[in-house]
Amino acid sequence: MAHAEGQQHPIGVYLFIWALLFVFSFFSYMVDYLAFEGMLRWSLILLFMMIKAGLIVAIFMHMAWERLALIYAICLPPVLVLIFVALMSFESSYTFASRGVYFALGS
Amino acid sequence: MANTAAVAKGVDPASLAPGMKGIAADWSSDQRTFKNVHWGKAMMWIFLLSDTFIFSCFLLSYMTVRWSTTIPWPNPSEVFALHVGGVSVPLLLIAIMTFILISSSGTMAMAVNYGYRRNRKVTTYLILATALFGASFVGMQAFEWSKLIAEGVRPWGNPWGAPQFGSAFFMITGFHGFHVSVGVIFLLIVARKVWRGDYDREDRGYFTALKGRYVNVEIMGLYWHFVDLVWVFIFAFFYLW
Repeated sequence: MAHAEGQQHPIGVYLFIWALLFVFSFFSYMVDYLAFEGMLRWSLILLFMMIKAGLIVAIFMHMAWERLALIYAICLPPVLVLIFVALMSFESSYTFASRGVYFALGS
Repeated sequence: MANTAAVAKGVDPASLAPGMKGIAADWSSDQRTFKNVHWGKAMMWIFLLSDTFIFSCFLLSYMTVRWSTTIPWPNPSEVFALHVGGVSVPLLLIAIMTFILISSSGTMAMAVNYGYRRNRKVTTYLILATALFGASFVGMQAFEWSKLIAEGVRPWGNPWGAPQFGSAFFMITGFHGFHVSVGVIFLLIVARKVWRGDYDREDRGYFTALKGRYVNVEIMGLYWHFVDLVWVFIFAFFYLW
């Protein structure tokens, strides 16, 4: 070993994140169990999802300790998917509208 | 410049420029861009990035068919409910699968840590525990699939509503389950190598003929955490939405 290899962190960090992931998974399950509806439901689902994803990437995958060059190279491109989401949401609402206009009486 | 020296393996991190200046320096250094990152790790990250786009496309097509159908979407809360003692509990199996996959991620993260401490025995056990969690996840998914198929869900239709439900479900969870299955095989191979001491003796790998090091456990871990990460999104968008 020429130098200290890789990532070395105390085990407690992982156990803490593990516990946090359990808590947030429980919260997101509760969103369904308590049958929240509408914007409250969707925003809570997204919030807990982003927290869990962030914890996994930052701590379990050690991204928090990498250099910015790698963080940006890996974490920025997926953000562009949001543009795709916007495109497809226009597309699907258009399809929905035309189905409503042309197929409403048929089937 | 300080970064010219950073080309050498295992450069002192203190000699590298931090922050935005570091990004410019790393990317323009005309050598390895990702300083202090094993090339295998960087390549695994880039593979995972491409896999992110694949799963994004699946979830996006699911979003598109769900938003564009004029037929009501089946309520996942009811479709995936389990009857326990006469009571219908929503999403019970999915919740258990979620907790199992998170636990497997926890044991994997600890396995990476014990690997770098050169504790072969604990590392092997933790990787095997991860593989066991993963295998039980796939088992539950097989149960879920057979239950839904028995209830009449097909890629082209189902008894409760929009026919696209089945195709999105089988495609997304199937591709994820395939990733988990491959991961379990991958885990068993790495566990065997750790157990034999390949990474202590720096035995050369079968495919790359490069020296085995404990960073291989971390690379394996990246893949496994990614599988867990994808499940976070599937859980949110497909099961909870």
